[in-house]
Amino acid sequence: MRILLFPSVLIVLVASLLSAHAFEIEQHKIFPARYEGATLRIISNSDIDIFAPMVEAFQRRYPSVSVDYTVVSSTELMKALYDEKQVFDVAISSAMDLQVKLANDGFTRPHSSSVAELMPDWARWRDHVFAFTQEPASVVYSKSAFAGLEVPTSRQDLIATLRNHPERFQNKVGTYDIRESGLGFLFATEDARTSDTFWRLNEVMGTLNAKLYCCSADMISGITSGELVLAYNVLGSYASARAANDPDIGILHLEDFTTLMLRSAIIPVGAEHPEVAGTFIDELITAYWSKEGADYYPYPKLDRSDVAPNLSQRAIRLGPGLLVYQDNLKRQNFLREWQNAIIQR
Amino acid sequence: MRFLLVEDNAKLATSISERLTLDGHVVDHAAEISTAQDYVATADYDMILLDIMLPDGDGRDFLNEHRGRQDDTPVIVLTARSEVSDRVGVLDLGADDYITKPFDFSELEARCRAVMRRKSGGVTNAKRFGDLVFDPLAGTLKIGSKTVTLRNKELRLLEIFFSAPDVIFSKTKLVDRLFSYNEDVSENAIEVYVARLRRHISASSVQIVTVRGLGYRLSLT
Amino acid sequence: MNEVANISGSIRRRLTLQLLGIAAVLAALLFVMVMAYAKQVAEESQDNILSASATAILDSAAIQSGEVTVDIPYSALSMLGNVSDDRVFYRVVADGDYLTGYESLPETTPPRGQENRQFLTSHYLGESIRMVSATRRLSNAAGPVEVTVSVAQTLKRQRETLERISTNAAYIGFGFFIAAALLAVLAAQSAVRPVQALANSVSRRGPQDLRAVQAPVPGEMAPLVDALNRFMARLKKSLSRSEEFIAEAAHRIRTPLAVLRTQAEIALRRVERPENRAALKEMIRAIDESSRAAGQLLDHAMVSFRTDHLEVREINLLELAEETLERQRPLAEMQDKTLSLQGEVPPPIRGDVILIQNALSNILDNAIKYAPEGEDIDVTVACEDSWVVLKVCDQGPGFAPEDIEKLTERFSRGKNAQDTVGSGLGLTIAEEVAQAHGGHLKLSNRKNTRGACVSFYFPQS
Repeated sequence: MRILLFPSVLIVLVASLLSAHAFEIEQHKIFPARYEGATLRIISNSDIDIFAPMVEAFQRRYPSVSVDYTVVSSTELMKALYDEKQVFDVAISSAMDLQVKLANDGFTRPHSSSVAELMPDWARWRDHVFAFTQEPASVVYSKSAFAGLEVPTSRQDLIATLRNHPERFQNKVGTYDIRESGLGFLFATEDARTSDTFWRLNEVMGTLNAKLYCCSADMISGITSGELVLAYNVLGSYASARAANDPDIGILHLEDFTTLMLRSAIIPVGAEHPEVAGTFIDELITAYWSKEGADYYPYPKLDRSDVAPNLSQRAIRLGPGLLVYQDNLKRQNFLREWQNAIIQR
Repeated sequence: MRFLLVEDNAKLATSISERLTLDGHVVDHAAEISTAQDYVATADYDMILLDIMLPDGDGRDFLNEHRGRQDDTPVIVLTARSEVSDRVGVLDLGADDYITKPFDFSELEARCRAVMRRKSGGVTNAKRFGDLVFDPLAGTLKIGSKTVTLRNKELRLLEIFFSAPDVIFSKTKLVDRLFSYNEDVSENAIEVYVARLRRHISASSVQIVTVRGLGYRLSLT
Repeated sequence: MNEVANISGSIRRRLTLQLLGIAAVLAALLFVMVMAYAKQVAEESQDNILSASATAILDSAAIQSGEVTVDIPYSALSMLGNVSDDRVFYRVVADGDYLTGYESLPETTPPRGQENRQFLTSHYLGESIRMVSATRRLSNAAGPVEVTVSVAQTLKRQRETLERISTNAAYIGFGFFIAAALLAVLAAQSAVRPVQALANSVSRRGPQDLRAVQAPVPGEMAPLVDALNRFMARLKKSLSRSEEFIAEAAHRIRTPLAVLRTQAEIALRRVERPENRAALKEMIRAIDESSRAAGQLLDHAMVSFRTDHLEVREINLLELAEETLERQRPLAEMQDKTLSLQGEVPPPIRGDVILIQNALSNILDNAIKYAPEGEDIDVTVACEDSWVVLKVCDQGPGFAPEDIEKLTERFSRGKNAQDTVGSGLGLTIAEEVAQAHGGHLKLSNRKNTRGACVSFYFPQS
């Protein structure tokens, strides 16, 4: 398990200018066009499998655009764009804070979207960052391993359950290693901001010797493999996809609050095909926010029912507030506290 | 008739006096208001001819005072100003009539007669000759008890004859007195009126006699 | 008389244009002032929130294990995001050493005196920014440490706000201008209204009306009205002087004419020879003609003068005619002519007794002169529509048809009366008097018999 010490962004900026390609690529795929045309280079932290329908739908409408799709972690994405100034046309990330940081610090270019009126104001920032999903941070558990226990509905319940049944949960609880995962860090800071129970939960997880993961997918795999009984702050969208095939997987949306992450797209300042990139982003926006939606849309679809909105669901707001936890001192302090809580060995 | 002429223009006064005298009238002349007042105090007049602009005052003051004395003597104002307001003013002050200079003496005579007729108030001033009773002011002629209607010129003609019965009046003299000088009449026109008048009085004891070569006279048959 | 005025510009247009100019200047001024104020307000509000943000960060500064540390509150930056989409930068410096944030933000000058806030407009990362720096002194074991927090924001929001306000201010300015323009037009109209009213009241006047303008006028027009009044007074004076001159002249010749006429009559009594008598008669006739002309000139002057200030009262036209006829009767009798008056008491008219008497006298005078001896002159008073008609008919030769139009012209005399003493002035006088009373004069010939008619038409009161 890699434990990546998050370096000061600004320090790395100087250091990494020397290397042409220092960021770590996880997956890479080219979606060739049917006709010759521009190549849209996308850097993303969304898995190819999940995101592919979006690309294919786009190519159906614009058959002359090839798509070069590179999957990296959100931290690597930041590195590639912020430090290395790599050339990409679209950057898609679930790490909203990093997307905002890129936009705030001048690494993006504006896109005046023709479909912007479809989305609420809070779902975009400065014509630079456009959100096209709302994905909950969920608790995922193994139904079989949970047998006999009441399923908790709030963090208080969860803390009590964990505390009361250490024999079941010792070494069997997982969560993000927020030092490594941008998304995990984002979820953690939102939790911390929202409620004190976050720290108590972390302490409890610490005493249970919680395992730390880089990614949601790994945590879900942990549940199916029996390595874990419960994982906290797993991306609900991934879990739902897997739960469809594995009936043992249970997904909890805690009622005290559930954080919603907004996956977002930006156009990096060095984009070679900004118009194509803009068109692509408009497709993403339309697929999620439009009244009709899209069948191929791979993420949880927008709930358009007239039912009163679930007040416990809190979407993370795009905006400069997200810069706070990107502050070196703040980040270091937060990570220190978190480590103190969760790593008790 | 006896006139008092109050007029400051000596030439005009002399002329008027002389002209009225020609028709057998008696004229006293006063050149000032004060003199006029003296005359009025001492004598009775049939008619006062009053000029407005006088050296020692306005004729209207005299008029005012005259009426104040309950003096009934008729007054005809002679005015050189023809402003109606002036004329109306003198009528309001008690003048009986006014006449604008220069005037036709036959018009003056006509106005005098009209004034005196109004003033006489029906008191007869009839003259007799033969069986004719003639009142020139009222313009009535009776033969015995029978009234004869005469037209104006016929009355005037009869009046001339009545003023001096048996006196011969030449045609010229009759024309002069009967017609205004701006009426263009020949002397023969007088024969028409004499003939008419003869017809009116044919039933009486009086006749108009033609004196060949001299004129006419009124005489008893 | 009909000369067209020499027009140079228009007060109303000039006033309107000037007011429009003023309105435009005021609208522009309004726009500039609103913009300046809006800019100030926008800057102030941005400064305030930047200050609040900087203060919040500064408040989180503390000494921990001998090191200065800051724990930036979430709200410190999110509050900036609440009001705008602008990019946000910050920096924390302790005693001149960079601590965290954006190191390359513009330098701030050290705080002076009590003032621990500094405001700066500068550029950063290719955009204009507004930056607020706040400073606070912390105590360390080694001594005091000065912590400076700078918070900066791009000016996009402020620019957008100003653009919006500028659009609105432009609308307001334009609206103000339109409203002012409408008011300007109204104001200009109301300003020239007294001038128009004066012009109307002067042009409505009759030709003889030379009274001073009495209606109240604005102070600015007083000199014009005074000048107009003085001019009219002078005109009136000169007119009345000429009338007085005519009156005086007529008066002056009357007395000598009277002497002459009387002496001519006396002479006529004394001369026998026909040729001498004819000469004297000719002389008397000439004298009569002159005196009659003088009389009519005087009458006309009087009528002209008096129509300016009619002494109007209610008149019973029948009564008036009766009085006037009475005066003329001795003259008619002299020629064996009968003056007869017929009619019932008509509705009253409003008029000047003296003028109407004078006009009627002149017409009667004509009739007595022109009617053949022994024939009658009929005067009737009757109503015709809304008119009270006073009609004088004789049994003379009548008017020549072609003369009826011309006859009322001054001094024109009927062809049939060329050899008769008098002048057509009598008709002119009558016509003027009728018109002065809002009526008119009508000339006609009798229908079935010989004779001319002159009718006065007076409006009923």
